[in-house]
Amino acid sequence: MFAPYMLDAWIVATLVALAAGCAGYFVVLRGAGFAAHALPMAAFPGAALAGLLGIARFYGLAVFALGGVAGLAWLKRAQRPDAATALVLVALLGLGALFLSLSGQYSNAVYALLFGQILGVGPADLPPAFAIGLGVPLALLACFRPLTYSAIAPDLAAARGLSGAGLDLLFLGLLAVTSAVALPIAGALLVFTLMVGPAAAARHLTRAPLPALGLSMALALVIAWAALALAYLTGLPSGFFVGTLSAAAYLAARLKR
Amino acid sequence: MTAALNVEGLRVTLGGREVLHDVGFSLEPGAFCGLIGANGSGKTTLLRTILGFTSPSAGRVALGGAAGYVPQKLQLDPDMPVRARDFVELGLNGHRFGFPLPSRARRAKVEEMLAAVDAAGFAGQRIGELSGGQQQRVLIAHALIRQPKLLLLDEPLANLDLRAAAEIIALLRRVAKQGVTVLISAHDMNPLLSAMDRIVYLANGRAASGTTQDVVRTEVLSALYGYHIDVIRVHERILVVAGEHGAHGHEHVATIP
Repeated sequence: MFAPYMLDAWIVATLVALAAGCAGYFVVLRGAGFAAHALPMAAFPGAALAGLLGIARFYGLAVFALGGVAGLAWLKRAQRPDAATALVLVALLGLGALFLSLSGQYSNAVYALLFGQILGVGPADLPPAFAIGLGVPLALLACFRPLTYSAIAPDLAAARGLSGAGLDLLFLGLLAVTSAVALPIAGALLVFTLMVGPAAAARHLTRAPLPALGLSMALALVIAWAALALAYLTGLPSGFFVGTLSAAAYLAARLKR
Repeated sequence: MTAALNVEGLRVTLGGREVLHDVGFSLEPGAFCGLIGANGSGKTTLLRTILGFTSPSAGRVALGGAAGYVPQKLQLDPDMPVRARDFVELGLNGHRFGFPLPSRARRAKVEEMLAAVDAAGFAGQRIGELSGGQQQRVLIAHALIRQPKLLLLDEPLANLDLRAAAEIIALLRRVAKQGVTVLISAHDMNPLLSAMDRIVYLANGRAASGTTQDVVRTEVLSALYGYHIDVIRVHERILVVAGEHGAHGHEHVATIP
């Protein structure tokens, strides 16, 4: 399990978990679960299109994820943003399926983009993983108070000069970057699960914001490590363990409270 | 003496309808003023215009110093990992970017403010789990921690039982005695009668201001509403009703419990 060829997988899993656990705290606090689900899905056709065009996957992911941010910000002004977001989400998934179908690598690519290839990561995945694993938590910690304040009391935060729309855009932008980098490694569904599960569990176990953030990151780390170890030992997909352990952590936290 | 709040010829139009017509009044430092009017009379619009959230189409608002604001109600998730003391601290530094390093002086200031509003006993509880009266105390502490000269409260007594409402009024009276001007909106003036030394009465988007004796009179309110109004005083309470010549018959325009 700790053989040299597995080392990169451990490092990447650790960094993705730190980013997802930190971003997840704000996702849950700001009630942005749907956006956290939509952004990796919005990035999915970007990766597929990049494959079709033969360009680096990161560019396709980044363009579509940031396009997703612009779309979410625009839809938020609509009367029924949830319904509109859901329709756009489904349309993007369909677009991704079309691009993959045209590229002639359908089933393997779909599996990799949705569920990740954590056991197949290599040295090339390390720089982007380090960038989000350290950069995203640092950026979010620097915005910790304004993001928390505007989530709890938007009017009061606005009275202190904080722009709700500006903070939304900043936060969604960081989510998009996290998704774009983590998606090829962990997969669209796993990024979302690692964001929401540990953070939702942490809020039941602590009363104060900073401990909740720390616990969210710690739980994400433990779940990612456990999932990787179990995937190695059983040969089953790591995504199955990430999802199951996240749900179990949330259930245990709810029952404990 | 410089006025704590001076409103002159204020006109506000929302959605093509003029909500406030030529509203003007002035409040001295330390005044305890009730902003009274039926639901939909423009109280919240006036408070939001004073705070700068809404732009007037004409007129001006001059503040003698910083203003603190207590909204009617926050939509608080009971599971949100934010304690009462965390929320009060956000009033102090929630707008600041940068790492949230602990500070003994800041913590002492928060605890002092919580004690001043008799909220020390539940400072460690999640704010979403507090009762309506307890939340109001925390919101008041949040507004006062920056030592404003003017405190604006939007219907803080709504949804409170009589005892909790009386306690909040006594607390605000103490605040006013310390030199902070208090402007509190309510649809029912009776709970405030013993405390307020000034009243701004809003009806049909117009305002009359002065002492309760000056304003809550048949002639003044009839002119404000545009039809005959009877003011009935019973057991130290005031009932304002449309009189027999009123355009709307015997309609209650302000109720008493």
